Amino acid sequence: MIPEIGHFALILALLLALVQAIPPLIGAHRGNATLMAVARPAAQGQFLFVAIAYGCLAYSFLVNDFSVANVARNSFSQLPAVYRFAASWGSHEGSILLWALILALWTTAVTIWSRHLPEDMSARVIGVMGLVSFGFLLFILVASNPFARLFPAPMDGSDLNPLLQDPGMVFHPPMLYMGYVGFSVAFAFAIAALLSGKMDVAWARWSRPWTAVAWVFLSIGITGGSWWAYNELGWGGWWFWDPTENASFMPWLAGTALLHSLAATEKRGAFKNWTVLLAILAFSMSLVGTFLVRSGVLSSVHAFATDPTRGIFILGFLGVVIGGSLTLFAFRAAKMPTGGSFTWFSRESLLLANNVVLVAALGAVLLGTLYPLFMDALGMGKISVGPPYFNSVFVPLITPLLFLMGVGPLARWKQASLPGMAKQLRVALAVAATTGVLVSLVSGSFKPMVSFGVALAAWIVITIYLGFAERLKYIGGEKLPALLKIPRGFWGMQMAHLGLAWVLAGITLVSGLETERNVKMNIGDTTHLAGYDFTFQGISPFEGPNYRAARGNIEVASGGKQLFVLHPQKRIYNASGMPMTEAAIDYGFTRDVYVALGDELDNGAWTVRVFHKPFINWLWIGGFFLVLGGVLAASDRRYRIALRGAEQPAVVPQGAQA
Amino acid sequence: MKRWLLALTMLLAAPLWAAEAVPVGEDPAIEQRMVNLSTDLRCLVCQNETLAGSHAELAEDLRREIRQQMKQGKSDSEVIQYLTDRYGDFVLYKPPFRSYTLLLWFGPFIFLLGGAAVWYFTLKKRRAMKPANQAGSEALKQAVDLLEKRN
Repeated sequence: MIPEIGHFALILALLLALVQAIPPLIGAHRGNATLMAVARPAAQGQFLFVAIAYGCLAYSFLVNDFSVANVARNSFSQLPAVYRFAASWGSHEGSILLWALILALWTTAVTIWSRHLPEDMSARVIGVMGLVSFGFLLFILVASNPFARLFPAPMDGSDLNPLLQDPGMVFHPPMLYMGYVGFSVAFAFAIAALLSGKMDVAWARWSRPWTAVAWVFLSIGITGGSWWAYNELGWGGWWFWDPTENASFMPWLAGTALLHSLAATEKRGAFKNWTVLLAILAFSMSLVGTFLVRSGVLSSVHAFATDPTRGIFILGFLGVVIGGSLTLFAFRAAKMPTGGSFTWFSRESLLLANNVVLVAALGAVLLGTLYPLFMDALGMGKISVGPPYFNSVFVPLITPLLFLMGVGPLARWKQASLPGMAKQLRVALAVAATTGVLVSLVSGSFKPMVSFGVALAAWIVITIYLGFAERLKYIGGEKLPALLKIPRGFWGMQMAHLGLAWVLAGITLVSGLETERNVKMNIGDTTHLAGYDFTFQGISPFEGPNYRAARGNIEVASGGKQLFVLHPQKRIYNASGMPMTEAAIDYGFTRDVYVALGDELDNGAWTVRVFHKPFINWLWIGGFFLVLGGVLAASDRRYRIALRGAEQPAVVPQGAQA
Repeated sequence: MKRWLLALTMLLAAPLWAAEAVPVGEDPAIEQRMVNLSTDLRCLVCQNETLAGSHAELAEDLRREIRQQMKQGKSDSEVIQYLTDRYGDFVLYKPPFRSYTLLLWFGPFIFLLGGAAVWYFTLKKRRAMKPANQAGSEALKQAVDLLEKRN
């Protein structure tokens, strides 16, 4: 009964999505206030029914209703409750329903926090989001019904993929989807601006906090995903340029470009067309990512071709969304360049450089991700495009951008003076170079890439310091109260840049200095790595809720002093019989010690892989600051004022903000 | 001196029956070469994992095969030749430079050139704009007006 209620709620939600879209869009076009007023209640009702549907699905998972095909395929009676709940989005059908739920959630958020917008603008935004909702709900009902029944019902389920049975899996997909889908708000604002023909600065200001919040969620999702891969996959990697990773990275790149372009549009009225285009691009990349991960095209182009309903639907949907928006753009884009003039060296020109580089990098990732699929589909043979390719094209593309990240925030709008900045930049350059040299001295070996990467990170950090110093001089007075007077937008930008510098330092250090050993260990054997001594004390059996495991006991000592014991596991899952390697990690600020069990040999001996990973946690610490920056930027005073619908926004001094 | 002392303490601290673990590959130099090489190779039976990182049996066998060949004195490129002869280009994570991968390899730099062109022409146009055309502050005023008009 419950699944049928869910199914029925979905049908109602589909109809409401249509009501949310069509009357308000017509109303906005004709200036009919009654029709426009339909938008909010319809959107909220749509959310209610999608939420009911999702609740029904989650309930079916929690009570082990294996008569629902989706539950039977992705859950198992012995699975802990929290994973049964997470399994509701572990499947294809469930994850698309989650998509629709989160879209409805964002739409409801817009209905609540858009009271300060002109009525026609909010009606258009909500209407456009209704169209997107309609597409997704139709897809669920036509090609991806999560409530389909199985008859006869199996006795038990075939379990959730063991890889997904990790606390990370509980948080990762919702975060990622909050980010993906959040770009639909920026997209809806852009389309609404095109529809109204009013491409003014106002829409940039309105959509900016929404974009920042979506970007924050996507950043959390990506960072969390990388953390999950590192902990769960058992080979110590944290980023693999896997198509599923790229699928979340591409919208992130587009969203990052959009955030920077919105800054120029809001502050200077520049790049309006370009900003609209980026908003379309960011959401399109979210859809492309969803398509890649969820159509099954990645695992096999041919399986995709033999059961093409889903794939064709998503491709068609992509075509309508992207093609439709671009056509609208072609008709409605401003014909004249907007905003003021600026010179070769100005905040605007640097932001534009940031944008073209980010988009080129996005293009490279997209090309590398799709190329093997196209080759295979066209029968030109199978090739693999992996980390060596992406590293060799992405790194040279992005390095100049990281250098410019030090210059941009110091440059003034309209016209910056290079001689005026020369002193600051010389100081930064000297500090960066010194840091690079120090790194090779301290680590005891000269690795050009490591020195260069850390120097680049230091360059960014020191320019952040210089940016604050200049700000304080401008405000004057006591240092501490002056710091608090600096708007959150500026803090946010600098924190996010600091986070990226931190990530950069972490990546270079761990890539350049990590070491590993792969050894055969009898009980009592010792191996040495990076000043640590690992002693294998055998295996003890371990019973998990839905798996059996061999649990290794490995004592780690340094300089003869016992430090800690690590317990890596080799698991066999009861339902699927799938073996899984569960690494054991001792975390630290400057290094992780990472141990994974390999295979069992004779007489209780095992192959064991031990890794020493210097500074790997800087990746996630940096990720934290990146996210913090986004949160600060989204909560800047001027947006809160706009929301409260009170005072006039503070006038911002020129050259002061990003 | 310090290092010697450290080694001595370690020797004294370790239990007498503890033996040094044997590396999976006996020759550390070959092991290093094998790891470097297999990091750029695909484990054919896994879902997008490297040969170096995979725990699958076939990956284990292939790693052994690579070690074997290296021991016989084959160079890295000869080993790669051997693998691509057997498994095709699919095994390489770095796609080879062929006619059908030209677009793959040059694409990113074409994108960058295109971006540079956009940047250049936008700036050229902007610089030429007359000051009278400067709508910056006017647009900002407009935005403020609109924001005030809300409700």
